[in-house]
Amino acid sequence: MKNRSLVSIDDFSTEEILRILDLTEEFEKEPTRKLLEGKVIATLFFEPSTRTRLSFESAINRLGGKIIGFSDSSNSSVSKGETLNDTIKMVSNYCDLIVIRHPIEGSARFASEVSSVPVINAGDGANQHPSQTLLDLYSIRKTQGKLDNLNIFMVGDLKYGRTVHSLVMAMSRWNTTFNFISPEELKMPDEFKLYLDNLGLKYYEHSDFTDIISTADIIYMTRVQKERFSDPIEYEKVKNVYVLRNSMLKNTRPNMRILHPLPRVNEIHQDVDSNPKAYYFEQALNGVFTRQAILCSLLGIK
Amino acid sequence: MKEAKQMSVSAIENGTVIDHVPAKNLFKVIQILGLDRIDNQITFGTNLESKKLGRKAIIKITGVFFEDEDINRIALVAPDAKLNIIRDYEVVEKKVVEVPDTIVGIAKCMNPKCITNFESVTTRFRVVSKKNVSLKCHYCEKITTQENMEII
Repeated sequence: MKNRSLVSIDDFSTEEILRILDLTEEFEKEPTRKLLEGKVIATLFFEPSTRTRLSFESAINRLGGKIIGFSDSSNSSVSKGETLNDTIKMVSNYCDLIVIRHPIEGSARFASEVSSVPVINAGDGANQHPSQTLLDLYSIRKTQGKLDNLNIFMVGDLKYGRTVHSLVMAMSRWNTTFNFISPEELKMPDEFKLYLDNLGLKYYEHSDFTDIISTADIIYMTRVQKERFSDPIEYEKVKNVYVLRNSMLKNTRPNMRILHPLPRVNEIHQDVDSNPKAYYFEQALNGVFTRQAILCSLLGIK
Repeated sequence: MKEAKQMSVSAIENGTVIDHVPAKNLFKVIQILGLDRIDNQITFGTNLESKKLGRKAIIKITGVFFEDEDINRIALVAPDAKLNIIRDYEVVEKKVVEVPDTIVGIAKCMNPKCITNFESVTTRFRVVSKKNVSLKCHYCEKITTQENMEII
């Protein structure tokens, strides 16, 4: 994978994904190593994303790499009107790899085409965020011991949720059964259902999940945002339907784990946090190891 | 019927005749094929009657013979176009256009948040459906459908 970029999860074959996950396991056992000593990594955050940036920077720091970059484009040359093309061409002269977060869709693909060093997409608008998808896959494999034949529940905003879209595409490689639970306004878009139809995979759509929760292996929660509703009354009607509470977890499978890309607001009640089935904070930690694995793969170090 | 067509635009000795171009897209075809930048003799007629298209256009280009991959670039604007290859005033070959697998620099991505609509980036699409043409943007990965397609 040396000198390749990671823009979209589809850029990697199944074998390459599994290789990253195996490598992530290695980094989880031994996260502090001087593998990036002498390397300079640029983290270019054209829009703020504290969580993702800290995760990448923690991964780089633990491996002894140095970081250059910015966390907000308002105090960079972008505010002077520099094109993305020029920024990337310039920065790629200064570093060994670029991590980019940008509000415009397709910006990371474009950056990877003009850059002379590998590019990692840390989120391009509503499009892709592949390191999130890889850490989700790692968390699923780690908690379930496998990726094949799982029953995955996705709950909340399935229409605009970039993470659930990428996860559907990625998990479709392992004969997954999907249960999509969302309000009518925020249903999984047709293009993803069509994709699953073409693969012959099973999926079910529900507006509530209290009755079926006992069959889930993974519950992937997302936030239902008020701003997504055209009618505020509709939001009031459904806002409590998509909140996970500890009392709902009684009859769930022992292997079941709850994931969430974070930040959480109120869609997972705090009383769930102490339940051993709550996995979202460990999931975030897995993100550091996953990013270490991605960085070292693309730089040809591992 | 055939004679009437030939009276609209005079015959050529050697070259290519592109027939069954939708009249409204004549100038887009000219632009896509770069006919506005060559020195060859070109005659065209437009708003000619056509049973199939309503109003069609026809273009005759002297001394130019297109490669398939070049001519297929007009498939988005003239999917029913037919080519006659002329040598010595005779039609020696007939061709139809085919929608190619990738479209580079012809269509505009309909996603207003796509990088191609912000910066000078040549658009690039993978054709995901050829019948009712739909294009997947190489950059933002969103689909542009035939109804929403805009030619640059």
